[in-house]
Amino acid sequence: MEMERKVSMSFNVYVTRRIPDAGLEIVEKHCGKYDMNPEDRVLVRDELLEGVRGRDGVLCLLTDTIDADVFEAAGPQCKVFANYAVGSNNIDVEEATRRGIVVTNTPGVLTDATADLAWALLFSMARRIVESDKFMRTGKWTGWGPMQFLGADITGRTLGIVGAGRIGSAMAKKSRGFEMKVLYYDTVPNAELEKALGARRVELDELLAESDFVSVHVPLLPETTHLIDAAALKKMKKTAILINSSRGPVVEEKALREALKNGTIAGAGLDVYEKEPIAEPGLEKLDNVVMIPHLGSATKATRSKMAELAANNLVAALKGETPPNCINPEALKA
Amino acid sequence: MSMNIYVTHRIHEAGLKIVQAHCGAYDMNPDERRLSQEELIEHVRGRDGVLCILNNRIDVVVLDAAGPQCKVFANYGSGVGNIDVAAATQRGVAITHTPLEAVPGYNEATADHAWALLFSVARRIAEADRFMRSGQWTGWGPMQFLGADVTGRTLGVVGAGQIGTLVAMRSRGFDMNVLYFDKVPNPTLEKHLGARRVELNELLAESDFVTIHVKLLPETTHLINAESFQRMKDTAILVNAARGPIVDEKALLEALQKGEIAGAGMDVYENEPRFEPGLGKLDNVVMTPHLGVATHGARSRMAELAARDLVAVLKGERPEHCVNPEVIKKQ
Repeated sequence: MEMERKVSMSFNVYVTRRIPDAGLEIVEKHCGKYDMNPEDRVLVRDELLEGVRGRDGVLCLLTDTIDADVFEAAGPQCKVFANYAVGSNNIDVEEATRRGIVVTNTPGVLTDATADLAWALLFSMARRIVESDKFMRTGKWTGWGPMQFLGADITGRTLGIVGAGRIGSAMAKKSRGFEMKVLYYDTVPNAELEKALGARRVELDELLAESDFVSVHVPLLPETTHLIDAAALKKMKKTAILINSSRGPVVEEKALREALKNGTIAGAGLDVYEKEPIAEPGLEKLDNVVMIPHLGSATKATRSKMAELAANNLVAALKGETPPNCINPEALKA
Repeated sequence: MSMNIYVTHRIHEAGLKIVQAHCGAYDMNPDERRLSQEELIEHVRGRDGVLCILNNRIDVVVLDAAGPQCKVFANYGSGVGNIDVAAATQRGVAITHTPLEAVPGYNEATADHAWALLFSVARRIAEADRFMRSGQWTGWGPMQFLGADVTGRTLGVVGAGQIGTLVAMRSRGFDMNVLYFDKVPNPTLEKHLGARRVELNELLAESDFVTIHVKLLPETTHLINAESFQRMKDTAILVNAARGPIVDEKALLEALQKGEIAGAGMDVYENEPRFEPGLGKLDNVVMTPHLGVATHGARSRMAELAARDLVAVLKGERPEHCVNPEVIKKQ
């Protein structure tokens, strides 16, 4: 019996990069052994093509480009590519469907973590945490002074949310304890924000002109590329702080660097960049910016949940079941 | 009105503008540092009024150096512990101050700062920013700088007075379970947040974030010590924006080094301006130089209050916040 079960549960699985143990344990339990990229880096193209060869299923990341060549390398027995990400724009889903390969993602689990991160950037920029921590560590502090590292008040000020979708709304709702006035810009009204916070939907220009904190949460689309450009930055208050934890190209990074240098705005908190992993040169020299390496969903609990979702999706597809987060269910019919 | 004024330390320009508008020119310590006692004595000589800060010691020698024409020392600070008020009264010098209650947004600024420390430790902002600036980032990775969730976790507030209450109330948007430790129940927190009053040991054992807001008293000195860190979760984060000596800093250093707790956000230190050597080498600590009230809003209102009272005394009017009003009647 034991023998039989083991045989029937054995699948040939590849994991393109180490993910949290919570996910790997599920893969191991249901698929038996699996192979994994042993290094903590993105596979180069040839390694990816080699790694997927002959697999029944692959657990991949947003940083892997999964196209027809990869599916071809995997072979006709391959049933599933389980993406460890909320999105799937790294995968040619149409091509997968044509080949009867199921593609899955990990939606819904990172809203709070990402909205929390926008707040972490807002707080650290407003109260100059990074800059003053750096100063403390030099050992140069000689004592309290009335003008040291004066920052921005948060309680009672105006928060402007650009894009009131899932994460933007969560960011806005977390302002409740800080008695903030909330403005938002979106193509459609958000009744929930209006009711819960008395938030007001305004044009982008009005939001930029009136907000003390502008937090960007739009998806990256042709029409949102450089939505925050030099002209937009000029419309902001000189004391305002810009937060971007959405997608890098939504903000024109060169223009932002100039605005921070010239005092057009007071500061910025950035989690994403136009050309990751490169940030606009010069930003790293500025004290009025906080810059972190794309950590929106980077909490232990969130990443574990993502790993579990991705692993459960993979296992379900391998067993011939419908995965909970299948983005091309028509592939199952094929 | 032309008066001979000295300002012992640069304060927010909102206050300096008031001094200038009413007194004409004034002299000011140009450096971003505290005056030595000798310098202080030298600079107050012959002044009609002095605007001083809470780390200037205003004693008999200073008051006598100022001279009999001197009418006022306006203290930029909530207390007047730095001033010999009895000696000032004897000499007919009015002492004014900037009480907390009179500075709108003062406590809110401190509560905001506690949250700023909590978030920057939880999401490893300072550490990740250092890494990013080093230019070593080669791209997104699933295991980089994993931090702690804030939303939905447990917040432990040690001392639910004015500031502790404001800190707790700010958790409303983050759906947190709130515990507090205080001698007396806090109906506001219980009603609005469903907060639960518990013993300190229970708070330490159950909280993901422990934030300190008690007064510094003999019985709160080292309230958080080696034993407390053993009781805390190894994933917990400590925030201290109250007073340094409430936390045993040596024990904190060891707890952070040994991983007994996950991190700490500190705005105050046992022996300011020094801190326990070794803290500066740790990535799981964020340290700010006593910035609780360091916002433009709070500091400009404090500066305005101090300046307005300085001017009022010099004009023979009643200052708003005078600790020895009997002097004003005589003047």
